[in-house]
Amino acid sequence: MAPPPSTAQKSPSPSQPSGKSEVSDLKLQLRQLAGSRAPGADDSKRDLFKRVISYMTVGIDVSAAFSEMVMCSATSDIVLKKMCYLYVGNYARCHPDLALLTINFLQKDCRDEDPMIRGLALRSLCSLRVPNLVEYLVAPLGSGLKDGSSYVRMVAALGVLKLYHISAATCFDSDFPVMLKSLMLTDPDAQVVANCLLVLQEIWNLEANKSEEASREREALLSKQIIYYLLNRIKEFNEWAQCLILELVSKYIPSDSNDIFDIMNLLEDRLQHANGAVVLATIKVFLHLTMSMNDVHQQVYERLKAPLLTLVGSGSSEQSYAVLSHLHLLVMRAPMLFSSDYKHFYCQFSDPSYVKKLKLEMLTAIANESNTYEIVTELCEYAGNVDVPIARESIRAVGKIALQQYDVNAIVDRLLQFLEMEKDYITAETLVLVKDLLRKYPQWSHDCIAVVGNISSKNVQEPKAKAALIWMLGEYSQDMPDAPYILESLIENWDEENAAEVRLHLLTAAMKCFFKRPPETQKALGAALAAGQADTHQDVHDRALLYYRLLQYDVSVAERVVNPPKQAVSVFADTQSSEVKDRIFDEFNSLSVVYQKPSYMFTDKEHRGPFEFSEEMGNLSLGQESMDNTPRYDESDKDLLLGTSEKEENGAPSANGSTASGYSAPHDYNSSLVSLSSQTRPEPATSDPSLPKHSSHGNIAIDDLLGLGVPAAPTTPPLSLNPKAALDPGTFQRKWGQLVISISQECSIDPQGVAVLTTPQALIRHMQASSIQCIASGGQSPNFKFFFFAQKDDKSPSYFLVECIISTAAGKAQVKVKADDASASEAFFALFQSALSKFGML
Amino acid sequence: MITQFFVLSQRGDNIVFRDYRGEVPKGSAEIFFRKVKFWKEDEEEEAPPVFNVDGVNYIHVKVAGLFFVATTRVNVSPSLVLELLQRIARVTKDYLGILNEDSLRKNFVLVYELLDEVIDFGYPQTTSTEVLKSYVFNEPIVVDAARMPPLGPASMFMQGTKRMPGTAVTKSVVATEPGGRKREEIFVDIIEKISVTFSSSGYILTSEIDGTIQMKSYLTGNPEIRLALNEELSIGRGGGSVYDYRSSAGGGVVILDDCNFHESVRLDSFDVDRTLTLIPSDGEFAVMNYRMTQEFKPPFRVNALIEEAGQLKAEVIIKVRADFSASVTANTITVQMPVPTYTARVSFELESGAVGQTADFKEGAKRLEWSLKKIVGGAEHTLRAKLTFSQESHGNITREAGPVNMNFTIPMYNASKLQVRYLQIAKKSPSYNPYRWVRYVTQSNSYVARL
Repeated sequence: MAPPPSTAQKSPSPSQPSGKSEVSDLKLQLRQLAGSRAPGADDSKRDLFKRVISYMTVGIDVSAAFSEMVMCSATSDIVLKKMCYLYVGNYARCHPDLALLTINFLQKDCRDEDPMIRGLALRSLCSLRVPNLVEYLVAPLGSGLKDGSSYVRMVAALGVLKLYHISAATCFDSDFPVMLKSLMLTDPDAQVVANCLLVLQEIWNLEANKSEEASREREALLSKQIIYYLLNRIKEFNEWAQCLILELVSKYIPSDSNDIFDIMNLLEDRLQHANGAVVLATIKVFLHLTMSMNDVHQQVYERLKAPLLTLVGSGSSEQSYAVLSHLHLLVMRAPMLFSSDYKHFYCQFSDPSYVKKLKLEMLTAIANESNTYEIVTELCEYAGNVDVPIARESIRAVGKIALQQYDVNAIVDRLLQFLEMEKDYITAETLVLVKDLLRKYPQWSHDCIAVVGNISSKNVQEPKAKAALIWMLGEYSQDMPDAPYILESLIENWDEENAAEVRLHLLTAAMKCFFKRPPETQKALGAALAAGQADTHQDVHDRALLYYRLLQYDVSVAERVVNPPKQAVSVFADTQSSEVKDRIFDEFNSLSVVYQKPSYMFTDKEHRGPFEFSEEMGNLSLGQESMDNTPRYDESDKDLLLGTSEKEENGAPSANGSTASGYSAPHDYNSSLVSLSSQTRPEPATSDPSLPKHSSHGNIAIDDLLGLGVPAAPTTPPLSLNPKAALDPGTFQRKWGQLVISISQECSIDPQGVAVLTTPQALIRHMQASSIQCIASGGQSPNFKFFFFAQKDDKSPSYFLVECIISTAAGKAQVKVKADDASASEAFFALFQSALSKFGML
Repeated sequence: MITQFFVLSQRGDNIVFRDYRGEVPKGSAEIFFRKVKFWKEDEEEEAPPVFNVDGVNYIHVKVAGLFFVATTRVNVSPSLVLELLQRIARVTKDYLGILNEDSLRKNFVLVYELLDEVIDFGYPQTTSTEVLKSYVFNEPIVVDAARMPPLGPASMFMQGTKRMPGTAVTKSVVATEPGGRKREEIFVDIIEKISVTFSSSGYILTSEIDGTIQMKSYLTGNPEIRLALNEELSIGRGGGSVYDYRSSAGGGVVILDDCNFHESVRLDSFDVDRTLTLIPSDGEFAVMNYRMTQEFKPPFRVNALIEEAGQLKAEVIIKVRADFSASVTANTITVQMPVPTYTARVSFELESGAVGQTADFKEGAKRLEWSLKKIVGGAEHTLRAKLTFSQESHGNITREAGPVNMNFTIPMYNASKLQVRYLQIAKKSPSYNPYRWVRYVTQSNSYVARL
């Protein structure tokens, strides 16, 4: 056979011309063989086809031989057929006219008596990706779905998806989704079922933003009936299909705790699967199902440790990295549950550095009183590591542990030992850490300063470290005899200092030193201020000027500004907000975990995967900082807000995915739900006449007692709301996705209300007084958007969900209500409207 | 769901390239290769298996010096794609016998045929060698095994002992042998990777065994197989006392922390008599993976010492003692030790009469490398080295050197004492008696002695 070209074809080199002559040569040979029935002709064809495909692989365009290839395709040799199909599939899209040539023989093959040929031909037919050929697909696909061979049905199911991507209209017009659904529920072959499921998932997921029916269909895949139908057969599916099903199950909302335990018992043995993807998908199901059951949730963490650790140990380093990333996520969420497993996170010699980095972070997180000594001892071993980035990372880890511990005594000693190692990068990292440590524990200054004072500033070159050293010189100049002189020599070399960061610190340190030891520093400070004012860097220049003028004005004022008494820093800002972390946790078993970023940060929206959130709520930045600790979303992007509201008007209100994105997961295991429901909210002040009268049954009772005539009495429904209703964002989103709109109406807003509505908070507080809680809000004047919820006060979990879009310019509010109990929604709406109408009438 | 799959050689050439969905621009293979080749992000020198460039996710595994890569725009499960890539490599190996650049280039049409069935429109369909057999028609072109460098854990049997039929593990599942009939045989390999860290005083700081029972079956007719493990095998720590001694006829007490199984394994009688039942499918697969942190006797004791010996000089002594029976021989041993960066020259002193030993100073990496062809059980070997420094050392010299790291392979030895008591094959006829090979091997994963 022809040897495949062994050199890269990316840039045609002199020895490897563009391949034109080869292609025309191939064409000629193919043409000669086309009609030949001579013995051995198939063998020569095979050789030629192989050459064509090898050119194709390396990127040479061999589409010129299209018609010759098609001519040669009339053969019974299945290997030849397959190569031909591969070729045709590769070039059909760019040569639609030529693709038409192949339709004939592919259609014929779709009717072949060999199921394998039928399947192959159907697959190739659907893979042509040529829009004007779709009419030829419908009939073969229809019969393919009904074929007696499961192989053909399997191929046909995916063929429907391919057709959908070429022409969605044709796909729907031919009723293929309906056929797939019934096939999914009846086919005896597990792979056919799995393919139907994945096709329906992809189609409904892409359609859900366009039509309400599609989003209903998508929700229907999550019905109890379908979930149990798939779960009960789970062992018939191969491991890949199991992953698909498990991913679906993780989106399922169980009806009660029995439901949860049934599913978990059914899936328990999946945790012993050798395929890491199956195990992780199972874990996702377990974690999501038990979100609201804290004790069980914690048991799940305990249960999944062992299988995850085993997966980390088996398999290739790439596979264990993927698993370790997930373990990392869990450790970061609940470090105390892993505090006795610290030895598993020690770095191994053979670990790639991306694995070591994860392990160092885990060790840092789980360090507590019981294991700090061991962990820090281990980390100190890595500090001398030949792998410099890891050595640096280890030192940082020691520092972080020191900052999060109460007993830092031993750790400070170790850090100071690092300084004695006299390796530049170790010294540099350590200086930065000692600085942070001193900001938190000023009481250690004495020990640290003694050692830091011995460091020659000439050995410190990295800007960050230099800045740290200079900061310490300024801050502790009274304790370091040489401080003014070291600063002076540094200032003398002002022009050689490239980093503005260092020059800024130098200015401030010179000032601080001056306040403490004026006679010794005066000269140096003068030099620094002069150099600073001549500096080309704007910040440096400005700061020097500021200091200069401050000093001119009043030295004691300058001291109060530049060196005020400091409080020790208690907590350093975390780099990642807990909202982002929660979002990543919701996207468990996806790339988000590996990247440590939620998917919206690295993926365009149409690719976020099945059952992903539509951006309607998905892009709201989750904010927990709201008043009264109410979990609330903060929508800050005005354009986004408008964009979504437009889409809503197109008739896709339930575009929310059902993803449980935005769980407010308990960080401590003392039940966040309990804390939510027990927290105190401003109770409606009964004496306040401007407050709605139906806000709680307590109010109504008092009204009745006093015999007060409530103006709105005739329309007042016998509905009272739970003033302490609680709902986590995840459940809200799922419910919003599942329920249909029961009321959609426009109400007007009082001009006084408009005047008060400068920030969303005003309305949120107002509605809260009527037992209507806000879960997400956003926007800027004149457009605001809110998501509210309320709960019936009869202890049934019957919720009302409201989307409220307010345009203050028009004085209008567009209100959509969804309710667990639709019959009560009229009553609720009246209540909501009455509360809203009173807004601003204080 | 993936968009493309491709295999690149070490030089970045496309060996196989398949686009399933056309959602990623054409130059992806080149973008991937450049990124991996010149990786410099987050202070790391090695590209992680998963990264994102302009919204395209590149997921890869390295097998036999080749890159197996998948691209996607979707937020997929990284584990799923990595497992899938690894499985594609394994299925390809099952077919070709040997997996390397040469065999792939010779058989790329067959690989395309496989890929067509393994993945459809980006979704994995089947990776079972057994199932795929009925869809794949190309005959593999077998490359010469003898000229190939050893690959993967299985190949170590080729060098170790004479009892092993060396060609078996490199045999394709579909190729028939010259004799016409296929040889009925089954291989069960117990492969253990051990990690041990010794403190400077010789204490064991951490130790762990990651083991796998790997099977490769060439049996026709899919007979059922029973694989019996140690009777006194417990899983999960605290699942039984180590001191509860009974007869050791069952292979001794083994306590595993945890294990997992291939999906074809039935565990009906596992709780009763520690027997695994399965119908092995064609091709190579892991029957069981396990992990053990129970204390075990490490096969080697390593002692290393560095001492200053006058101005600008230091002496290194590394001692290795084999703590296993004399009937067992470890092979391809290398011992590495980083030395202070200001080391200029090193002179070595091997023990008198040393055979098959070499010692070398890797100047670029500032590392001593000592390799030994083999070490017989019970033996002890020593290396002495004299270092000359280009500048005076300051501070503690032991903090500037080490730790010592050791690599080795020990055939017919397993540290965990996990055993296959018997391997029973359901008989089709009285004369049916296939070859059965049960083999043990231990490899170092991370074997480190601190100074």
